[in-house]
Amino acid sequence: MKRIVYREWRLAPQRYWGLLALLAVIAGMGGLAFWYMEHQGHWVTGMTNEIVWGTPHLFAIFLIVAASGALNIASIGTVFGKTTYQPLGRFSGLLAVALLVGGLLVLVLDLGRPDRLIVAMTSYNFRSIFAWNVLLYTGFMAIVIAYLVTMMERRLKGYYKAAGTLAFTWRLLLTTGTGSIFGFIVARQAYDTAVLAPMFIVMSFLYGLAVFILVLMFACAQDGRPIGPYLLKRLKGLMAIFIAGVLLFILIYFLTKLYGAKNYDLVNYYLVSGGRYTLAFWFGWVILGLLAPYGIIMHPALGQDPKWIAGASALVIFGGLASLYVIVIGGQAFPMTLFPDKTILESGFHDGVGGQISAYAPSLPEVLLGLGGVAVALLITAVGVRVLQFLPESLADKDIDPHAAVKA
Amino acid sequence: MKNPSDMKNSSAVIDEGRRGFMRTAAGVATVTLAPGVLLHTLAHAGSPGQGGGVPRAEPVTDAVRYGMLIDTTRCAEGCTACVSACNRENGLDLQEMPTGADPALWDRQESRWIRKVKVQDNLTGHVSNLPLMCQHCEHPPCVDVCPTGASFKRADGIVMVDRHLCIGCRYCMMACPYKARSFIHANVEEKLTLAPRGKGCVESCNLCVHRRDHGQPSTACADACAAEGHHAILFGDLKDPASPLSQALAKLPSRQLRENLALNTGVRYSGV
Amino acid sequence: MANALVTGGRVSLGLAGALLALAVQAGGSPFVTPGSQAAKERSCVEATDFMRRNHMEVIKHQRDATVHGGIRSTKHSLAGCIDCHVARDAQGQVLPVNDEQQFCGACHDFAAVRLNCFDCHATVPAPAPGKAAGSAGQALGGASPGSSLPPGHPQPAAR
Repeated sequence: MKRIVYREWRLAPQRYWGLLALLAVIAGMGGLAFWYMEHQGHWVTGMTNEIVWGTPHLFAIFLIVAASGALNIASIGTVFGKTTYQPLGRFSGLLAVALLVGGLLVLVLDLGRPDRLIVAMTSYNFRSIFAWNVLLYTGFMAIVIAYLVTMMERRLKGYYKAAGTLAFTWRLLLTTGTGSIFGFIVARQAYDTAVLAPMFIVMSFLYGLAVFILVLMFACAQDGRPIGPYLLKRLKGLMAIFIAGVLLFILIYFLTKLYGAKNYDLVNYYLVSGGRYTLAFWFGWVILGLLAPYGIIMHPALGQDPKWIAGASALVIFGGLASLYVIVIGGQAFPMTLFPDKTILESGFHDGVGGQISAYAPSLPEVLLGLGGVAVALLITAVGVRVLQFLPESLADKDIDPHAAVKA
Repeated sequence: MKNPSDMKNSSAVIDEGRRGFMRTAAGVATVTLAPGVLLHTLAHAGSPGQGGGVPRAEPVTDAVRYGMLIDTTRCAEGCTACVSACNRENGLDLQEMPTGADPALWDRQESRWIRKVKVQDNLTGHVSNLPLMCQHCEHPPCVDVCPTGASFKRADGIVMVDRHLCIGCRYCMMACPYKARSFIHANVEEKLTLAPRGKGCVESCNLCVHRRDHGQPSTACADACAAEGHHAILFGDLKDPASPLSQALAKLPSRQLRENLALNTGVRYSGV
Repeated sequence: MANALVTGGRVSLGLAGALLALAVQAGGSPFVTPGSQAAKERSCVEATDFMRRNHMEVIKHQRDATVHGGIRSTKHSLAGCIDCHVARDAQGQVLPVNDEQQFCGACHDFAAVRLNCFDCHATVPAPAPGKAAGSAGQALGGASPGSSLPPGHPQPAAR
């Protein structure tokens, strides 16, 4: 096997700085949106006392979930010893850290009192899964950076396997924590189930991989670095498995809920009568976000075309955002069962009178804040690949796996 | 937490270098007072505690647990005296809609600590009216989920928010089974001395905690309900078997809302 | 980390206090706002130079005792600070204590230390019982013990 040569991203300065400027503008608009929301208060958002977590959380959770998933490529190379994936390890680690920073930024900037972030670092309630997540996120960052060092520093090669195993274990814990934020909410019917934790893990596998494929293809295309068909075939095969996994967990989720009579109305809401949430579930998540990309990947002709694989990844990302819209916002919009087997006729606090779904319309600042987080994640990645050797000079099959060229 | 004498010591170390300088400054202001000089008890001159009983001097204990019994058969349809009284008591009505806000949206963003709800049984058609607010659970989910410990249960059973620690993450609002909490969505220009509140924190009914700390017998909502002649809200100490609340609870059948969650709420309902 | 911040904050505040003392010395004006109750007192609730440097620690200690323990009897309450340190204008209207020219506002402005007590806390004293037209006392909701009258509307704070 050839020695893998990693090189900084060598774009023409104009092109590179143009890209950075574009990302910086989007990030800057997110910053302005934050300033506006912080200065005015959350009344300028679409969030209310019913829909307490809105669009910023949708983006933040997507980025955090994708962050842990993006690390998978490195884990497969290190923990499961698949040499084909090893040249991608550095880029995978970089993307994971960048996505996590972007996601956390959005989460933190949406707080009612972001100026008190220090309180979240110094005052812990260890019964809170949220507090545990603060530790899981910071720990993830530290561990992945250490893992990256063992990949890039020859003298630390001895710790490579150990660091990779720790990072893999940690990322499983992290996504379990993220899913449990919802899973532990006993009050709301849409949550209150442990299946959300493994479901978030499988979602992270899928969304992280889709983001990874898309960013990798973009980075390589910009710099004229080849990606071998065998490698792409492996990546898309992985994506197909994860799509099937998410579909399975959707099924388990609904079967779990359907088993109790008290949740019949919830399942009906998601699958039939939930208006925009039903639409987002079927068309956004299941059809466009899962079945369509699966079809593309499995298609004998389209599945061979890198452009279509990129398109399938983009669809998965779209479906990922739709899934979090369904879970985070749809889950809150479903009227809470304050009085089982009773109908609320009137209320002074919009308690789902007559079974009404809570209204929510995102405002521009919320969307800009979310997109700002995405831009920050990409900005970190763009700077990373430019200044350090994260990306192999060639991902052609013959350069990364001599047997692969034959197999393909 | 340091006490003042500790702070004196530590500041003496810090201040060594500036002592002379400070002495000059202090001289001008004639504030060189030796410890032990008679200090005026300024804190209470004209303070809000007046006329409202004696302010509490000892920390609250779990010898009492405050709670309520709401007799829904006495709760009148269309009456919102308890809601208005709560808004007045805690200064919620001092908050105005921000200029440029959409009234329909603001209506869902405004804080409400208590609201009136009218429910009908799906099978029997029986209709009940009731006020709904924080149920002051023994095992409050909002306290479990709060990352900073801002959401807490006081020793006397009152579940409340320490606004100094609240970072405004709203996880407690996700977790509350009674949707009892509100997030302050805008600047609060006008607030009351004994009910501090400000933008970016979560808040909810605290059983008129300032009244508890001044030894007053009841809550604003219970007083207002009684003033209307309905007497649907009875406030008191759940741990005192002789309290009117305990006596009434012993006599009248009552239940917790969402009792399947086994939160042992401090607010009980009868007739629903 | 937090300790370092607190210490750092204390040092810088102490320093700012010293600077202010110097500034005031030059201007010849007193530390407290003229016309406030505090101007008539010989000292603050603790020795004044101690309070100047440590008031935030004192208030913070009291804050936890009040919020978690319900203790409202001590002399270290923030409401007490406000009662004593507010001034009135020519018309006899109380001036918010965090205004630029007022006790808290002026010093924090000078020291460039952000003051966020008043994000939530009232900046003027609660009106004494009976003073506000048609209402009996402010923040207790006015209903005296045993009274069955609905609480009168408390007088809104000026800012």
